[in-house]
Amino acid sequence: MEVSDIIRPENQVFCKTKLMTDNALSYCPGCGHGTAHNLTMEVIDEMGILEDVIGVAPVGCSVLAYDFMNIDMTQAAHGRAPAVATAISRLWPEKYVFTYQGDGDLAAIGTAETIHACNRGENIVIIFVNNGIYGMTGGQMAPTTLAGMKSSTSPYGRDIETMGSPLKITELIANLPGVYYVTRHAVHTHKHARKAKKAIQKAFENTRLGKGLSFIEIVSNCNSGWKMAPNESNIWMEENMFPYFPLGDIKVDGILKK
Amino acid sequence: MSELKLMKGNEALAEAAIRAGVDGYFGYPITPQTEIIEYLMTERPELRTGMVVLQAESEIAAINMVYGAASTGKKAMTSSSSPGISLKLEGISYLAGAELPAVIVNVVRGGPGLGTIQPSQADYFQSVKGGGHGDYKLYVLAPASVQEMSDFVEDAFDIAFKYRAPVLILSDGLIGQMMEKVVLKPQKPRMTIEELIEKYGDWAVTGKKGRERNIITSLDLQSEKMEARVRRLMKKYEQMEKEDLRFEKINCDDAEYLIVAYGSSARISQKAVELGRAKGIKVGLLRPITLFPYPKKALFDLADQVKGILSVELNAGQMVEDVRLSVEFKVPVEHFGRTGGIIHTPEEILEALEQKIIKNGSIRHHKTRESSIL
Repeated sequence: MEVSDIIRPENQVFCKTKLMTDNALSYCPGCGHGTAHNLTMEVIDEMGILEDVIGVAPVGCSVLAYDFMNIDMTQAAHGRAPAVATAISRLWPEKYVFTYQGDGDLAAIGTAETIHACNRGENIVIIFVNNGIYGMTGGQMAPTTLAGMKSSTSPYGRDIETMGSPLKITELIANLPGVYYVTRHAVHTHKHARKAKKAIQKAFENTRLGKGLSFIEIVSNCNSGWKMAPNESNIWMEENMFPYFPLGDIKVDGILKK
Repeated sequence: MSELKLMKGNEALAEAAIRAGVDGYFGYPITPQTEIIEYLMTERPELRTGMVVLQAESEIAAINMVYGAASTGKKAMTSSSSPGISLKLEGISYLAGAELPAVIVNVVRGGPGLGTIQPSQADYFQSVKGGGHGDYKLYVLAPASVQEMSDFVEDAFDIAFKYRAPVLILSDGLIGQMMEKVVLKPQKPRMTIEELIEKYGDWAVTGKKGRERNIITSLDLQSEKMEARVRRLMKKYEQMEKEDLRFEKINCDDAEYLIVAYGSSARISQKAVELGRAKGIKVGLLRPITLFPYPKKALFDLADQVKGILSVELNAGQMVEDVRLSVEFKVPVEHFGRTGGIIHTPEEILEALEQKIIKNGSIRHHKTRESSIL
């Protein structure tokens, strides 16, 4: 078989979802955002809900999510995506509304909007990419930066005494009655990505059924911000991030797992 | 059907919002405007028109809810009072940058800081000089009666959608709290998305269906694109100045002296004009109805006719700067105002006109004239 035969469309077993644009990703090579974007778009495509999806982009590395996701999107002020999504969902109850946010956006400046959108049980999906650092501004300490972890604003490591502990906002919001589904995943291996995709699909199904708020945390790497090679950052993530932010379901169908 | 009622300014505005076919109101309690959300919650507009009313967790959340609703082409509004508006300014800047139509109501109280809950006009600078970050302006309507609190809601949305820009209704605690009779407009239906697209274009994010994706953002990382965006905004503001300036002249035809005042100060100044006229002083009133655009040309022209101008405001002197800029120092311009929530009386205003303009101003004016002749 010639190469020209192999690349013929009918022989393709996998291709980029058409809901990702052809724009070059602005993320660093090795970063998990691209995979998280792709999984989200795959789910929307496979569920056939494109015409009814409205996405909300945050401020942070994924501020340009709308450049890559080929769907209708609005870009929110820093941390305010859950408030923006609340109004959209209330005025368009038949639509699938989701936010895509990083840890600085969701768990620091937007803490109030996150907690109150969750507490009201808004019928939306929140996709929360937690890489423990402010990537876009160049590697500053985030609310989820691990104890002892170095960043440009914790150059000697995060000191719990003066800087507080890394915030487990996902566990926090899971305790709110309005929240229906809370789960934590990763996307650095195929196995993890497949699980994450299933979770995203379940979240959008929940929206369709009007079940309330679904919250998916994706623990991810920031090889640039962590100053590591991509693979090294993934190993570091498994060894350090996963013990503090354990993967798995936290609340399913409105019932807490633990 | 139109309806005659006795209502508070805040309540009249809330009722007008339902009748104007507003889709969503997002608010947070703060004195002296809380009657707006209270009225809306009591009236259950979700049953009357399907309008959504939501009490947000903060003023910041409320303005960002407005941003979300406006992104989808819906008629969305919020209201607050001075400290709350300060919190909303980031969101207002985003609305302007992302070119979204929305209406914001400020029932002004005294400041700075927590200030006072009593009426004030100390947010003039904040309202007309930008307020939030970046190069933008707000179209600012200043109601001077309960009737205008009601009428300006629909006017504000017409402008907001015409220009795809945020519009501010700048009221104050006096207009918001006082009761007057008001003629309420008949109920208008809420706009459907098809009507929006036909009238204002297919720009909103409603789900990508049969068209390219729509994106709402205020971000342009490429400098040339950002400059083009800023120029686009400036063009809107130029067009507003040409097409949508509003002001009112009272007793100005033969006026030798002029009072400039907006909102509640204009109402009180109107009485001061009557008192002055009874004393034989030929005084008129120019009331800017829009504070941006500002009646610069009308003031410039009147400066050729009058001997002096008094800017009457419930603040320490803010609009007076725009009056001076408008008349280009052709005549003396002085400020008179009370602060701290104290409301000036018509007698005080007339006295200030006599002391600051007629007595002092005419001497200065005379000298200026002499030197200009020489």
